[in-house]
Amino acid sequence: MNIDLIFKIAAIGIVVSILHTVLSKAGKEEYAHIVTLAGVVIVLTMVLNLISRLFDSVKTIFQLY
Amino acid sequence: MEIIQIVGIGIIATILAVILKQQKPEFAIQVSIVTGLIIFIFVVGKLSYVIEVLSNLASRIDMDLLYFSTILKVIGVAYIAEFGAQIARDSGEGAIASKIELAGKILIMVLAVPVLTSLLDLIIKIIP
Repeated sequence: MNIDLIFKIAAIGIVVSILHTVLSKAGKEEYAHIVTLAGVVIVLTMVLNLISRLFDSVKTIFQLY
Repeated sequence: MEIIQIVGIGIIATILAVILKQQKPEFAIQVSIVTGLIIFIFVVGKLSYVIEVLSNLASRIDMDLLYFSTILKVIGVAYIAEFGAQIARDSGEGAIASKIELAGKILIMVLAVPVLTSLLDLIIKIIP
């Protein structure tokens, strides 16, 4: 069981929110939005692996083909 | 005791999600998705054991295997549809959640058609 992923996602979220605040305070709104988008994409690629694992295991257990 | 571990993971993830929801709601949703997946992967081994026992029982009483596999498929479709619908509803998209549930119901209906036709065959056979 790897609960590291939860902590990883939370840490990425906190760092991204701090970066967003700093960048928007510095007047770089466009970079702030790009940082948020990049964070969401990075986290989504990590989550997608797990979702595909879930679907595979449900398929094999419940014999859905 | 696995339940203590699971509840601990749930509480920690809930706290993290609440912290993140203030600043970045999109990450809070991802945290809740990952928590659900991890808990499911944790119990999936035990679930496969239960299903093995059930299929052993089904083969012992000489039941048609079609019915048992249909039940399993219905449970699987219902679980996945419920998972997606709950995530959508958590994120405030009630409309998408309702559509996912509707699609799940339709697919379950399609899966249940062979059972329905065999039931109708039986009824027609009984009626002279």
